[in-house]
Amino acid sequence: MLDHELINRTLSTAMRTGGEFAEVFVEDKRSSSAVLDDGRVEELTSGRDRGAGIRVVVGDTTGFAHTADLSEAGLSAAAEAAAAAARGGGGGAKVVAVSPIDVERSVPVRIPPEGVAKATKVGLLTLANEAARAQGSAISQVSARYGDSRRRILVANSDGVLAEDDQVRTLFSVSCVASGDTGLQTGRESTGRTVGFELFDEADVEEMGRRAAERAITKLSARPAPSGAVPVVVGPGGGGVLFHEACGHGLEADLVGKGASVFANRVGEQVASPLVTLIDDGTMAGEWGYFAIDDEGRPAGHNVLIQDGVLTDYMWDQLRARKEGRLSSGNGRRQSYQHLPMVRMTNTYITAGHDDPEAIIADTDSGVYVAQLGGGQVNTATGDFVFGMTEAYLIENGEITDPIREGNLIGNGPEVLTRIDRLGHDFAMGSPGTCGKDGQGVPVGDGTPTLRVTSLTVGGTAA
Amino acid sequence: MSELLDIATRVAGWANDGEQVEAFVVHETETEVRAYEGEVESFTRAESQGVGVRVIVDGKQGYAYAGTLDDTALQETLREARDNASFAEPDEFNGLAVPDSVEPASLELWSDAVGAFPTEEKIALAIELERAALAADTRISGIESAEYIDTAYESAVATSTGIAAAARETGCYVSVYTLAEADGETQTGFGFSIGRDPSELDPAIAAADAADRATRLLGASKPGSERLTVVFDPWVTAQFLGIVGHTLTGEAVLKGRSMFADRLGDVVANPMITLVDDATDPAAFTASALDGEGIATRRTPLIVDGELQAFLHNAYSARRAGSSSTGSAVRGGFKSGPSVGAQALTLLPGTQSQSELIAGIDNGFLVQGVSGLHSGVNPVSGDFSTGAEGLRIRDGELAEPIREVTIASTVQRLLQEVTGIGDDLQWLPMSSAGVSLVVGDVTMSGA
Repeated sequence: MLDHELINRTLSTAMRTGGEFAEVFVEDKRSSSAVLDDGRVEELTSGRDRGAGIRVVVGDTTGFAHTADLSEAGLSAAAEAAAAAARGGGGGAKVVAVSPIDVERSVPVRIPPEGVAKATKVGLLTLANEAARAQGSAISQVSARYGDSRRRILVANSDGVLAEDDQVRTLFSVSCVASGDTGLQTGRESTGRTVGFELFDEADVEEMGRRAAERAITKLSARPAPSGAVPVVVGPGGGGVLFHEACGHGLEADLVGKGASVFANRVGEQVASPLVTLIDDGTMAGEWGYFAIDDEGRPAGHNVLIQDGVLTDYMWDQLRARKEGRLSSGNGRRQSYQHLPMVRMTNTYITAGHDDPEAIIADTDSGVYVAQLGGGQVNTATGDFVFGMTEAYLIENGEITDPIREGNLIGNGPEVLTRIDRLGHDFAMGSPGTCGKDGQGVPVGDGTPTLRVTSLTVGGTAA
Repeated sequence: MSELLDIATRVAGWANDGEQVEAFVVHETETEVRAYEGEVESFTRAESQGVGVRVIVDGKQGYAYAGTLDDTALQETLREARDNASFAEPDEFNGLAVPDSVEPASLELWSDAVGAFPTEEKIALAIELERAALAADTRISGIESAEYIDTAYESAVATSTGIAAAARETGCYVSVYTLAEADGETQTGFGFSIGRDPSELDPAIAAADAADRATRLLGASKPGSERLTVVFDPWVTAQFLGIVGHTLTGEAVLKGRSMFADRLGDVVANPMITLVDDATDPAAFTASALDGEGIATRRTPLIVDGELQAFLHNAYSARRAGSSSTGSAVRGGFKSGPSVGAQALTLLPGTQSQSELIAGIDNGFLVQGVSGLHSGVNPVSGDFSTGAEGLRIRDGELAEPIREVTIASTVQRLLQEVTGIGDDLQWLPMSSAGVSLVVGDVTMSGA
């Protein structure tokens, strides 16, 4: 993306005033999307954003500047600004020479979305819309969204690292509104993978439209959700958000380092039920949180965080790892060249257990079955977290019965982890998500088998 | 400023016959200083710009953007927007805003003091903020972040239909996140101070608020489930109003995504509720004389004495509703076109202080923080369920802290069940103002 000599000169400029570490992150991102709403292809949007972010570290201080001007002058000005921001002292000149590292991408993009006709993309929206509306007159509104992006990045730093990645993601979602005597209800279905247009070889957009519509229609007859602590069974793929919030964020080394995590100083301890093995894995080919290198030039990693209930490690970025004299775990990510990287999850999942999922439900006298989760939020310092249920049912006498209305569930991470008493053998990845932290959003994946938590507080209104 | 307007006007001038073109151009500079353990943890200087171009031809709309403003990028962006439009389906109501007779409010939102504020003083503010927060209470055990941020934002929008408008504003704030510890338990709190220029910032207030928020929850426990009266702290009310505002946009109403769609003229809230959106109020941090389409913002009463009186509109939703724009086009940056949204929502305040309101409650819950608004509140159905923490109210007095509970109702019921509004109206760094709000018959779910 940039001439190596130019990169070397930019890094040298950044180091000139005594920097201990300097990094150039170059990004060129093209995105396109198309939205159908209210029965009509409403708008197509496309755009390009490119630039470079330059980071200089002196002692414990990081200086950062970014520019959309990728010329020698633009990069040099940004490097000087970053160096000044890091308040570098005198320091001598340091010559930087980077050498490229080869990173294998395990799945090449088969059908680059930029080569697919816009009419073809738009056609998918229409198919999903028609399939959803065909589910019945109760469906009063449908919107469908197609999106693709190609993000090329280059990372070079004063340790001599030079790495590039080419990340292509494709996304499709359908949202329906059903209306009836009880008011309006919504249903949503989405899929997204770090692949090209071949996503649609597997993803059936008509089927997605039907499922989203059914979800909304089902909820028209939903009863108020229970209020209070009950056993909760989460379906396959659905529970990833639970772990993302219950412990994922609390295992990010930046939060741990500041004492803002309930999991600080607990490596080696039993923090979860022995059934739980939690892994963060940026190498999962094609998954939403997949990449070849992270946004600091480190290859993605397969990182075991909890093994059989015992906390084994945190997730690390360059800055935090450097302080500890270890290597980054490949979890340094950023929203764009305009942002500083920090510790982020990739694809976070719980490995499959041995239970028959049907038996987990049958063995639950009364409780709640959550088929689809919404987002969530956690306070890592206290461990208290919430996550939303967008499709859920009552469990009565070991059977799934009536649908219940939407709401949040609330729990405390360390407590909930010890309360997982059943784990199914039916592992699945969940829906694509965008994880927000400190104002930056990055794509993440998650997955779980069917699992049961012996007690979680459901935030409904029914006594 | 005129430079951005020149660019926008030039692009709008490239419109072909029978074609409408709108260009939205932004330029923003930002400085962010983070302090940690008495040192600068990070110092960011950011300058960004971009252009978004909307094209409407034969009722079909397309959009494109670029993060650079050179002529080649501008031409490419327009070409791409045109191409995008050709694949959309026509809508007779599509069309850009046209100038109306409302004069933009005269607001002073720019201060040269931000640009002139020396770097050393920015750093000193962030470090002082961290120090003050640590010193505010012996139970403050650490700081998650302490930062100073300032921004200078300029924008311009021009259309081939005669809009040519430019705006600029500055802002700055300090904010701090604290950790408090007692008996092996940790709680967190935040505090901030915000202004148009640095002389308005008060790190002492931010530090005291952050320390208070973190320490007041120490020793909190999880209660059982019950129905009770809740008092929303101003911060919580402002977030709730944001959701209500969404349901009152022409976009949600026309597309059948609002429970208030056919309720104009109906009593939808307790008669003590009067809800107004008014971006011309200079006290609002989100004040703005122009909306995202370059139309003058104005005061729009939405609910008056409990009666639903109006919805918010941009040019498209107004045309489709047979109404006129309320100057409510909002943009989330240059990468997407304008939608409809509230810009500065506020309730008409009452006459009682928060403690006077609390004095009238036998059994209640002062909700000081909520979580999961994005995951447990459905603005289409109105289902409302959020995580909550705060203080128990017993016999008119504040009692023990509680945490790890949810509160649940529906947006419709919450509005009907309001039984008190405080006199403590305060503008917050979001598009709504906060005020203490008493709501009856809410379900609290706990152990």
